[in-house]
Amino acid sequence: MKTELNKTTGGANMVRRSFLRYAGTGAAAVAILGAASCKKDYSKGSSSNDIGIGDMGVLNFAYALEQLEAAFYLQVVATPYSGITTTETAYLTDIKDHEVLHRDFFKTVLGTSAIQTLTPDFSKINFSDRASVLGAAKLFEDTGVRAYDGAGYLIENVDYLAIAGKIVSVEARHAALISNLLTPGSFVASDQVDTNGLNYTNTIAEVLAAANGFLKTKVTASNFNYYA
Amino acid sequence: MNLFEIIDEIEKVDPEIHERLNPRRDAIKNITSFGSKVAVAAMPFALGALFKKAYGQTTTSVFDVLNFALTLEYLESEFYNVGTAKGVVPAANSAYIANITRDEANHVTFLKNVIISSGGMPVSKPEIDLSGGNGSGTGPFASAFTDYNLFLTVAQAFEDTGVRAYKGQAGYLKGNKTILTAALSIHAVEARHAAAIRQLRHDRGATATMPWIVSTASLGNDTTVAAVNANYAGEENTVQGGVDLKALGSIGAVTAAFDEPLTKEQVLALLSGSFLVKR
Repeated sequence: MKTELNKTTGGANMVRRSFLRYAGTGAAAVAILGAASCKKDYSKGSSSNDIGIGDMGVLNFAYALEQLEAAFYLQVVATPYSGITTTETAYLTDIKDHEVLHRDFFKTVLGTSAIQTLTPDFSKINFSDRASVLGAAKLFEDTGVRAYDGAGYLIENVDYLAIAGKIVSVEARHAALISNLLTPGSFVASDQVDTNGLNYTNTIAEVLAAANGFLKTKVTASNFNYYA
Repeated sequence: MNLFEIIDEIEKVDPEIHERLNPRRDAIKNITSFGSKVAVAAMPFALGALFKKAYGQTTTSVFDVLNFALTLEYLESEFYNVGTAKGVVPAANSAYIANITRDEANHVTFLKNVIISSGGMPVSKPEIDLSGGNGSGTGPFASAFTDYNLFLTVAQAFEDTGVRAYKGQAGYLKGNKTILTAALSIHAVEARHAAAIRQLRHDRGATATMPWIVSTASLGNDTTVAAVNANYAGEENTVQGGVDLKALGSIGAVTAAFDEPLTKEQVLALLSGSFLVKR
């Protein structure tokens, strides 16, 4: 593999290179990427809506969810619901900032392996209504936690696993807060936490089926048994 | 689920499966009684660990991780049990704290069951000094059970540190569908607790406290309690996967958007000789 920088590819690619180098892309990960590109070209280029295969597939899965969350909170902050409090504005603005960072982080590190920019469909959400907005926020956050926790075991590169771990606990913090804003004390209610004290998890297929209900651009995961 | 069919299937591709499983043969023969003693929900976890052991990969690490987690859960559970018993929690917050108390007790039970059913030996409950005084009972947090604000401060540090501790162990469980998924699921619940405790503190007047950890460029700790600086050391990190995110947002947002791990050694250094009594 060439490691010298190609001046014509721009900064994003350089950053991605440094990420992959940092992540200790060993022979195994390279082999997976190589195998993916030798077989079917599932995720090459930024025009695909299929998350792809292997670790890049899991990262694209996360990128899809973060795109959806970021778009949602950008709208929430741009058009606050009636009766929003100062504290709620502060909370939701922070969450918006976090989700935008997550989205931009994945876009940067995925580089040319990234799926396309997704167009959301928020027609089911009434952004002027507190219950509608917070209900959707709870769904997105709870789904995000279940998604990261459910896909963690699929990640082969320990550095990517670490990144997923760093993000999922922040999503869980969001989820707990949003849940409490809707119903005080519901942050570990039985809809999300089982009798062993474990957060429920979902598969990639389950999560994308739910997420696609809020996306005009449907995301597929042909290597993870999900077709939109 | 029929374990014997699974083993037979493996035998087709790995004729030495029975040799590999030999040290665990008793456990396999006694699978029925083993199953009846362990909560059914824990069975897949048990089998996951069993096969890890058979293939000799990271068995020691898996049990190390589970026992480390169990030690932390003993401590957290004790803290909330004592707090509840001593009546430090005001009625308005009792539902919140009761939920957390329940979850921590469930984590202790769950981890013990998983370790036992996987053929391991759970560590026993350590000697705990909730004042942080290494057995003296007069440590810096001795008044946590009469001063609710201090109780919440200690709770926040425990929860945030617990999140960091689980996060630091994930790599040792890489690819282990049952155990890693369980650990990540507890990790998420600890993060839910941390957010809720922080929200309670916010509502009681600590208005700079957010449900997430908002660090400055030079200080990870956002609690304003210097005694727990080390619990938050490293949370000020802005570089993720080799990418410095400082250019993409404010320092507060960049640090809050990613929680940072602690190693087992870092966590034990924080607790041993204070909350975990060292003679």
